[in-house]
Amino acid sequence: MAEIRVQNLQKKFGEFTAVKDLSFTIPGRSFFCLLGPSGCGKTTTLRMIAGLELPSSGSIFLGGEDVAFKRASQRDIAFVFQLFALYPHMNVRQNIGFPLLCQGVPSAEIRARVEETAKLLRIDHFLDKPVSGLAGGDRQRVALGRAIVRRPLAFLMDEPLGTLDTEFRDLMCEELRRLHDRIEATTVYVTHDQLEAMSMADYIAIMNRGVIEQLGTPQAIYDRPATTFVAEFVGSPAMNLIAVPASLAKGSTSVEISGARIAIPKTREPALNGHFILGARPEHIYFDDASKFRGEVFGTEYLGTTQIVTVSIAQGQVKARIPASVKVTAGEQVGLSFMGERLSLFDKATGTAIKTALHEGGQHV
Amino acid sequence: MSDVSLKGVSKRFAAIAAVSDLSLDVADGEFFVLLGPTGAGKTTTLRLVAGLEKADAGSISIAGRAVDGHEPAARDVAFVFQQFSLYPHLSVFDNLAFPLRSPARRMPEDEIKVRVQEVAELLRMAGKLGNKSTQLSGGEMQRVAIGRALVRRPSIYLMDEPLSSLDAKLRSDLRLELKRIQEELGATILYVTHDQIEAMTMANRIGVISEGRLIQVGTPRDIYESPQSIYVAQRLGQPQINLLPAGLLPAGHLPAGTQTVGARTEHIAIEKRKNGEAAVDWIEHLGDQNRLHVMLGERRITTLIAPDAKFQPNDRVSLKLVKPLCFNAAGDRIT
Repeated sequence: MAEIRVQNLQKKFGEFTAVKDLSFTIPGRSFFCLLGPSGCGKTTTLRMIAGLELPSSGSIFLGGEDVAFKRASQRDIAFVFQLFALYPHMNVRQNIGFPLLCQGVPSAEIRARVEETAKLLRIDHFLDKPVSGLAGGDRQRVALGRAIVRRPLAFLMDEPLGTLDTEFRDLMCEELRRLHDRIEATTVYVTHDQLEAMSMADYIAIMNRGVIEQLGTPQAIYDRPATTFVAEFVGSPAMNLIAVPASLAKGSTSVEISGARIAIPKTREPALNGHFILGARPEHIYFDDASKFRGEVFGTEYLGTTQIVTVSIAQGQVKARIPASVKVTAGEQVGLSFMGERLSLFDKATGTAIKTALHEGGQHV
Repeated sequence: MSDVSLKGVSKRFAAIAAVSDLSLDVADGEFFVLLGPTGAGKTTTLRLVAGLEKADAGSISIAGRAVDGHEPAARDVAFVFQQFSLYPHLSVFDNLAFPLRSPARRMPEDEIKVRVQEVAELLRMAGKLGNKSTQLSGGEMQRVAIGRALVRRPSIYLMDEPLSSLDAKLRSDLRLELKRIQEELGATILYVTHDQIEAMTMANRIGVISEGRLIQVGTPRDIYESPQSIYVAQRLGQPQINLLPAGLLPAGHLPAGTQTVGARTEHIAIEKRKNGEAAVDWIEHLGDQNRLHVMLGERRITTLIAPDAKFQPNDRVSLKLVKPLCFNAAGDRIT
């Protein structure tokens, strides 16, 4: 399965630049997610890789060959759309075999490959059923089967699970990932759902306004967001961002906020313009009566094992994820402490991360 | 008193019993969520209350008044649909004012202005009243759609998955907003969803519905901690509850007749041990939670771990259950 390399890719629609000078490499056999809010350019990027949209400039290498200006039909890829359409007058077997029929593959081979594909998707027991009676999940599997039966160099998927129930989506996420592990096809998957990306991807590229803000493994992105945009987009609830009106010298190991000393990972560069942002994931904040960093409980959201507690502090609101067994009532005064070694720091003006000890020893991609 | 009461309500569509003998009371000022998968009958229930469908049996009363046979307009309800539809040629103000300008209501224009302004402030949309509805983001459009229901002050708001077409971040913002608005207004809401997070975080009480039947009603904590059956236990909680045959793992004393034990994260004590009976398969980092997948023979057990927990794939571990949920052969909870 092929590597996909995108170089200086640009796409303009009139005055509007949808994709700005994008360069990245998708290693062969990997599951790669383009993640971002609507309008960030992720679908446009995917459509350019597919050949459904021509770039304004730049190159796209598919298995070493520049295909940027080739027709979609000349690229060996398969596209799975958000709304899967099946041919209602054909049965499951005919639906899956259709792309091969179009390519003029002999019928004995079609038969063999359809059956092999159906086994992979575990739908071989209803190959001769009409598609009209199938449940949503089985229809989705048939649509997937039609995409993978050709064994193309790469699969491109545009929010294929977007229209499904949450419960069912979790199941399909797991199946898609397992399917990927079995056929080891390079997959480019577009979604705005961070949970889908986190649960399936080997690598995630987070896009915003036509550029990639960060590219890395799900864990690296979650633990060490490169920008405040990434910090807020990945994670639910989002990372807490607390603005601090102070400068930070290189080598700092703590900061003072509202009279409380808070430990931070040792800074490797200074931030001297008088403002920085402290970023804390909700699970890295805990209640601590002894802490001088205090606030008032605004509300709680019960989630079973854990609860999200929103606390009003001088700088705004922060959300902490704590065990559901802790009794918390709105209006209560609480002290908050942080897991110092897990905190992120950002430059307030640019929103980019300040280098700290957190960025060392970890895996960089 | 704007409570809603359903007594023995049934509705069939040809051969399918969409709602079967359903009885339910929603108290004044309560946020009641019907939770169930697609096809469980939750939307039909909502439509029956609204008067968009006619029940085959049973009776429905709103604010102490039987409404069976009443037209939807005479029932004093407001309905918010999944797919919000605003009038694209109208401003936010005119969209919000539209229900009040209905000829049946004959509300004076200055009173309309006051109402719309109030609701816009509640929705944090006061600055955008002059915008065309097409100039709004998805989240803002849905807020206006909710606002159009709010201006009317009906006895009850009926909401059919109003957040499901929004993206994850907006959905979580609007969850908190909707709950805040409901509390500020003291509004009575009957809300249907298949999303357990929405149900857990917003509801005063949840009704778990399956195949047209109401299976259990209780506060989110009741339903999560004391499910009546395996079915209910599987509806709430992420990751889904682990179901294991009784006796597979040490669990202390179990009630007689226990066939299956249900173990959530809080029921599982796990520790690294050289000769442990189970092995860590992998650690799934979902961002907001880290899931530890442990293989015990052929069985997978999934539990949450703290972000600072030190587990590695292939670590041998030993598991113990602490006060798990116990179910008999029929899948009913026993204690």
